[in-house]
Amino acid sequence: MDLLRFFTAGNVDDGKSTLIGRLLYDSNSISTDIIETLTRQSKTVGANTEIDLALLTDGLRAEREQGITIDVAYKYFSTSKRKFIIADTPGHIQYTRNMFTGASNADLAIILVDARNGITDQTKRHTIISAILGVPHVLVCINKMDLIDYSEEKYKQIERDYLVFAEKLNLQNIGFIPASALAGDNVVTKSEKMPWYNGLSLLEFLETVQLSETQQTDEARFQVQYVIRPQTEALHDYRGFAGKVVSGAYKKGQRVTVLPSGIESSIDKIEVNQNEVDVAETNTPVVLHLKDDVDISRGNTIVPSEFLPTTQKELTATICWMDNASYIPGQKIILQQNSFRSKAVIKDVMSKIDIHSFQALESDGTMKLNDICKVFIKTAEPISFDSYSHNRNTGAFILINENTNNTVAAGTID
Amino acid sequence: MKTQHDYLVQLEAEAIYILREVAGQFERPALLFSGGKDSICLVHLALKAFRPGKFPFPLVHVDTGHNFPEAIIYRDNLAKQIDERLIVRYVADTIQQKKLQDGKGKFPSRNGLQTYTLLDVIEEFEFDACIGGARRDEEKARAKERIFSVRDEFGQWDPKMQRPELWNIYNGKIHKGENVRIFPISNWTELDVWNYIKRENIQLPSIYFTHERECILTESGQLMNTNEFVKREETDVVVTKKVRYRTVGDMTCTAAIESEAYNVDDIITELKEARISERGATRMDDRVSEAAMEDRKKGGYF
Ligand SMILES: Nc1nc2c(ncn2[C@@H]2O[C@H](COP(=O)(O)OP(=O)(O)O)[C@@H](O)[C@H]2O)c(=O)[nH]1
Repeated sequence: MDLLRFFTAGNVDDGKSTLIGRLLYDSNSISTDIIETLTRQSKTVGANTEIDLALLTDGLRAEREQGITIDVAYKYFSTSKRKFIIADTPGHIQYTRNMFTGASNADLAIILVDARNGITDQTKRHTIISAILGVPHVLVCINKMDLIDYSEEKYKQIERDYLVFAEKLNLQNIGFIPASALAGDNVVTKSEKMPWYNGLSLLEFLETVQLSETQQTDEARFQVQYVIRPQTEALHDYRGFAGKVVSGAYKKGQRVTVLPSGIESSIDKIEVNQNEVDVAETNTPVVLHLKDDVDISRGNTIVPSEFLPTTQKELTATICWMDNASYIPGQKIILQQNSFRSKAVIKDVMSKIDIHSFQALESDGTMKLNDICKVFIKTAEPISFDSYSHNRNTGAFILINENTNNTVAAGTID
Repeated sequence: MKTQHDYLVQLEAEAIYILREVAGQFERPALLFSGGKDSICLVHLALKAFRPGKFPFPLVHVDTGHNFPEAIIYRDNLAKQIDERLIVRYVADTIQQKKLQDGKGKFPSRNGLQTYTLLDVIEEFEFDACIGGARRDEEKARAKERIFSVRDEFGQWDPKMQRPELWNIYNGKIHKGENVRIFPISNWTELDVWNYIKRENIQLPSIYFTHERECILTESGQLMNTNEFVKREETDVVVTKKVRYRTVGDMTCTAAIESEAYNVDDIITELKEARISERGATRMDDRVSEAAMEDRKKGGYF
């Protein structure tokens, strides 16, 4: 059984919470005591159905008071085919950063559209965020079909409008499903009310969508997280580099280069849970040993000598500003890319991306919460990276404010 | 298990990655160990993350004094067997030192008092990170918590001030006095934990499996263990049933469930059929208020 991570995006009231509630409820993922609690709460809130499925996904009290989701909430369910992790993200423009967060490691985006309204500014924004973050699959769920009499014509129009808009975005895979979250049409099972629709139900789609194409590259990448040195009598010379194979595979005997130093060596031994293996595939936590005694520390990269990433002290990237406090020009920051950290400074805010049209607008050099900008960054230490479109694992970073220690921005490298 | 897409392989890889980030980012981390299945899994994952080296952190247990003896014996044996340092601090001592009011009522709970001892032990050893076995599927308030969850000097969690957490990049930078709670198995469900225990053949304290036990049947239908801490009354309905525990918390406030599950396979079957959530089934203290958990977390509870 494999694992699919997806996030859901939509306008307030498009039916996102109802849809997730419906998925969990109809796939038998909710336990009886929670249903009881919900039934009780639904009465207090005054919902019009016997149980308000949307209440399942609102966690915090503040949200109960305001009636909207304000942070990413994670939900879990599984069927006999797959385990699912849902990042339920708020849709409002003031929560763009939360959507960025939820989308960052998603395999798939569900973008909700209210069939009555068609494509809106928010739909565009959610799609653009999915595109920037390279989410491999986008599924447009056209909801509330019951309110437009399950009209094929209107549905097709929305589909066409969306495709026209999405054309310039370079999305990898786009799918469409007409649904009613409230009535359960095409959510878990195919609806009889839309015989003109030949595709899968939402759940069937989620269960069968191909995950293999989420692998963008075969080029092997590994960053040192921690150096294991037992320094005991028996293991006196043991010096292993612990980390995860983030892409590609590593083989025993392979020629490798350590970055940023550029020193070459070869892999002497690969351990997985203390067992020696010849090959370690993507996503495996390993301990690497090199033939030569090279000085290596946390944050260093060990890569095949024939496929070197870029290693330099500057980069251009698209970043989303996530801090409540606006960017102060010249502000000292720390850049973190997996386990690599370096002091850094944003040298130039080159342009601001219009989140509804994907146009690059002229920048006045400022950045405030939720702004998405193209920036030029200089780092104190050389950083080894690939472009994000080439490798999601080595082309992503966060920026940390040196004074507050808060994560103030997230970026994808050009 | 064969393919790299397997969800247990992925969840395990994620947890090991997080544990190694703790080792790389913090100076004085600790692993909070309760003797329950979730923290037992954490120890197992730490073995995979750091052997043949030693753990870069001690195991820390806040002993409420109301723990199941089986869990305590298990704890001590495990620490010996893996040869790692175990630090135990007692809620009873905190109650004495701070002149606190012990839990009251029929089933006196020390769950709230535990927080004081935890904050004290963090201060005593200046821990900058505490690894815990909490999972997001346990409770709604947890569903929004980060994997690296920053706490202020008072151990408080502010749901509005959480740092964005993207990709696999964890920001553990803090000011002196703050610390970070770290939840490597955030993305696991109860069933995932059991499937992992099965796959890895992890041994557990015996109370997780069915056994005969004398219990008080409460008015709300819960089976509470009879023990010296519970205030017995003549009107108590005492029954002997075949039961097991789904969580291993305080003896006083953790309810048993009737069960025929003798081994891990039985438990997995039982869970797939069970339609009651883990907390709903076993924790009396969360029923008190709907926002109970959120309030306790804001106050520094794990
Ligand atoms: N008629 C109809 N109403 C829906 C549908 N889905 C959701 N709703 C209603 O739309 C309102 C907003 O839904 P909710 O799930 O809270 O939206 P969210 O803000 O996107 O999470 C609620 O009153 C729902 O009952 C649908 O498919 N058809």
